[in-house]
Amino acid sequence: MNGIGLQPAVDAAIRAHGCETFPHECCGALLGRDGVVHEAYALANTTEEGPRRRFLVRPDDYRGAEQRARETGLELLGFYHSHPDHPARPSQYDLDHAWPSFSYVIVSIMAGEDQLLTSWQLKADRSAFDEEPVHVTKS
Amino acid sequence: MITILIPTPLRPFTDKLDAVAVSGATVGELLQDLTTRYAGLKQHLYAADGKLRSFVNVYVNDDDIRYLQKEQTPVKDGDTLSIIPSVAGGSPSTPAPTESLRTSAVAALPELSGDEIKRYSRHLIMPEVGVEGQRKLKAAKVLCIGAGGLGSPAAMYLAAAGVGTIGIVDFDVVDFSNLQRQLLHGTPDVGRPKLDSARDRLNALNPNVHIETYNAALSSANAMQLFEPYDVILDGTDNFPTRYLVNDACVLSGKPNAYGSIFRFEGQASVFATKDGPCYRCLYPEPPPPGLVPSCAEGGVFGVLPGIIGVIQATETIKLILGIGEPLIGRFMIYDALRMRFRELKLRKDADCPVCGTHPTVTALIDYEQFCGVAPHQVEAAKPMATSTDALTATELKAELDRGDTVVVLDVREPQEYQINKIPGSILIPLGDLPKRYVELDPDANIVAQCKSGVRSAKAQDFLRSKGFTRVRNLTGGILGWVDQVDPSQPKY
Repeated sequence: MNGIGLQPAVDAAIRAHGCETFPHECCGALLGRDGVVHEAYALANTTEEGPRRRFLVRPDDYRGAEQRARETGLELLGFYHSHPDHPARPSQYDLDHAWPSFSYVIVSIMAGEDQLLTSWQLKADRSAFDEEPVHVTKS
Repeated sequence: MITILIPTPLRPFTDKLDAVAVSGATVGELLQDLTTRYAGLKQHLYAADGKLRSFVNVYVNDDDIRYLQKEQTPVKDGDTLSIIPSVAGGSPSTPAPTESLRTSAVAALPELSGDEIKRYSRHLIMPEVGVEGQRKLKAAKVLCIGAGGLGSPAAMYLAAAGVGTIGIVDFDVVDFSNLQRQLLHGTPDVGRPKLDSARDRLNALNPNVHIETYNAALSSANAMQLFEPYDVILDGTDNFPTRYLVNDACVLSGKPNAYGSIFRFEGQASVFATKDGPCYRCLYPEPPPPGLVPSCAEGGVFGVLPGIIGVIQATETIKLILGIGEPLIGRFMIYDALRMRFRELKLRKDADCPVCGTHPTVTALIDYEQFCGVAPHQVEAAKPMATSTDALTATELKAELDRGDTVVVLDVREPQEYQINKIPGSILIPLGDLPKRYVELDPDANIVAQCKSGVRSAKAQDFLRSKGFTRVRNLTGGILGWVDQVDPSQPKY
């Protein structure tokens, strides 16, 4: 299947996490298999630049996410984060800090309410992101 | 040989291996060997200047090399090197205007450079502007709300005229449908944030002008803070909640509001919220009922119209800064492009105005979406999980049609919109005709109402239900969702 699949509970969990941390950004790991996310694994936002505009997943948390994936028999498919009061489009900062082959799910939280949810992959030459379709699916 | 552990996102570049054996005496040499074997890794590990990217963490066993000898850290057989990503990101930053700009208002007026004297010479030789006026312009700070139809000509003329600081608030992305009137943005800018193309265009027009961009939706939470550093606010918004918000924030912060609005062939302009002049609420204490006045997206707009109105706003802004002429205070200009006529209404400051009157009841910013009776972000609120009996997505509709379900797709747009794109088999009854034509429909039919994006069809749904229709659902995202999800071969508008 083209794009990324989110199980309904995952879609709901990402949106709820974004609303919960509003007006700050939330972040977490996407664990799943065959392009379908089975678990949104919430992580602490540890940025020191101010969580309103930034998120950071520390190396230890990254390792924790990979370990969680191994333990649950899933793969690390990417990460999600929220854009409080901003559209669900990647910023230049996101681009500068992106890793290849991961899916980057962004949910826009406007005035505390979840809006559009999108997903993006870094182009091979790092020049930009390609938006990928998001399917909310049970399979 | 030493093993390097490869993180998930880099495995596509190492033939899917999660560990690679490499040789070398230092961390730098090991990474060099790794990127020689797998050249695709290089750009992801190293920035263009040859340094490791800041979000690439390298560990020797359990120690971060930043706390050892960085890339010179020696390694020995049996060590394990791990590449661990930091994952970072964030919204576009909204830098606060710098302190130096803030204080320049009270400092002496800035001098003009030799280049500026040449550039502004046609101003300088007019006594109404002159060197002092041009220096006032250079010291001035104007905030444009929106970089669309009105914001485009206004910001371009303000920049060309030498207004020293121009702030722009916008969070939209350039769309093909903007290009018919929004001259800040060109064809190659489609898909870019409007702020980026606006900045490029204005910098090209006049590099002496300082452009501040705020990637945000103006809201009650941020308006007062955003307005604070500015002298004049130029309202280029296209909706009532933001228009009332801009007005109230101007009154509360004591900043004049260079106001403009456009609809189809008609435009309006005035200057509100000056010390003794009326405000927008003196004219319109209450917003119109939601849906009565369609937006540009629904009603259309004559492409050159915002050029006229936006330039009137820029004219008034510059006159306010220079303190010349008769400002458009207490006067409401109405322009009709089809008849090519200007009309002027007199406005009085209303002593009972809820925000600028003698006993104001609005003393802080309120919830303007609620005030104007619209649900916040009506269009965007369309969620991909809409599975209730009220709504369905284009994908779900397609599945039902493919299954052979008996579904009546009711398109409530205008005939000229229906000519651009349509769902095969749909029937067209424009929303405005529905009250007299709904009798053509079977009240027990399985109806899916559909418009461009889902707003008008939601009204149609409400109307039909009030007439006893039992099975009416709304197509989430409208025809735009259908084109995106089901039939990308059809055009969008």
